[in-house]
Amino acid sequence: MSSIKRLSTPLTDEAVLSLKMGDDVLISGVIYTGRDAAHKRLFDILQAGGELPVDLRGQIIYYVGPAPAKPGHAIGPAGPTTSYRMDAYTPRLLEYGLKGMIGKGNRSHEVIEAIKKYKAVYFAAIGGAAALIAKSIHKAEVVAYDDLGPEAIRRLEVVDFPAVVINDCMGNDLYVEGERRFKL
Amino acid sequence: MREIDVRDITKIVARLCIESNYFATDDLVKATEESILKEESPAGRAALEKIRENQKIAAAEELAICQDTGVAVVFIEAGQDAHFIGGDLEQSIHEGVRQGYRDGYLRKSVVEDPLRRKNTGDNTPAVIHIRIVPGDKVKITIAPKGGGSENMSTVKMFAPSAGREGIIKFVVDWVKQAGANPCPPTVVGVGIGGTFEKVAMLAKMALLRPIGQPNPDPFYADMEKEILQKINALGIGPQGFGGRITSFAVHIETHPCHIASLPAAINMNCHVSRHQSFIL
Repeated sequence: MSSIKRLSTPLTDEAVLSLKMGDDVLISGVIYTGRDAAHKRLFDILQAGGELPVDLRGQIIYYVGPAPAKPGHAIGPAGPTTSYRMDAYTPRLLEYGLKGMIGKGNRSHEVIEAIKKYKAVYFAAIGGAAALIAKSIHKAEVVAYDDLGPEAIRRLEVVDFPAVVINDCMGNDLYVEGERRFKL
Repeated sequence: MREIDVRDITKIVARLCIESNYFATDDLVKATEESILKEESPAGRAALEKIRENQKIAAAEELAICQDTGVAVVFIEAGQDAHFIGGDLEQSIHEGVRQGYRDGYLRKSVVEDPLRRKNTGDNTPAVIHIRIVPGDKVKITIAPKGGGSENMSTVKMFAPSAGREGIIKFVVDWVKQAGANPCPPTVVGVGIGGTFEKVAMLAKMALLRPIGQPNPDPFYADMEKEILQKINALGIGPQGFGGRITSFAVHIETHPCHIASLPAAINMNCHVSRHQSFIL
């Protein structure tokens, strides 16, 4: 644990395989936002055999609904939202080729199995550290579902976005392991 | 009779919405800094340090601490000798929320219908609780409530035989199951007694107390301590990364109840435990 790794997107299989539960990572490149409502739309398109509005293969989705940007800022405060609400849609997105997710909170058994099967990774960002995290986001533009407001899909350009590996593709889970190690 | 212009209420509500979202209160800063010293887990300590750094950035740059600036929960304690003039009191509160969330660049997180889910675009309506109290003053409290922690709430109607131990187990088990979801370290509000709807309100009101200020009744202060100790023995830690500080505090509020009943409720605040008050 606690070796800082630098990652760039899109994620290669090699990069995903190198990540271990508990790793501190700094992510640079392009990541995409998506939360409840956008996930439902993406899932429905995949189920119907359609084309997604954004090519998410090899990419990372960040579960976030940012606050509005003040003048002169690329984005408003932008911390992670709770991930379990996306669990119903995630295995299908991983099957499609999504490689990474950033959120907070534990995932379902089905999601963890899909992370292993499709060689993906689940990161947590520090929930609530929204002003701090926004500093690593240098550009943001809505690329789909503008009508969803804070839930629209945004393309973010990030430099050294701080995150922690929760579920690696070997099936390890920091939430389970961390609690086990510190339980009295 | 003292007259209070509701347009002044609008201005105060707008200001409190912004201030509560930008500025961590002294008790929260103190709880965060003390936790950094106490936390034994390196990952947990690193998370707490980022949480504190984020509070500083938010205050210095006047940004929301968390992007989830919540539903605006507004408590009004209205003196019975005050007379509201200049418009509709509840509308003046909604207008204050509308202005505050617009001018403060706060996120609009309210949908107009729970199942059809279209965003109202201005974070209204607020959730308003009004209580009539003696005097001619009006106390306005804003407690923006984020979805992540609010979703980890529960109410249970126990048989009285569950007793003190039953309630303690209920709270500790619930916090364990919530894990990383409510963004620990949390403040755990516990309501005991009253009726089904009253007990939920008690749990919510418990979150308005300064962090770590014990219940004035030593019996409940002792119970708060015991629950906190058991929660912090779970190992969940800051952000669920493993560690000692899963909760900053447990606050219990109680109310008399029916001979057949023992209602209990849990409402948690994330580590961005926000509320601001003003007395007019």
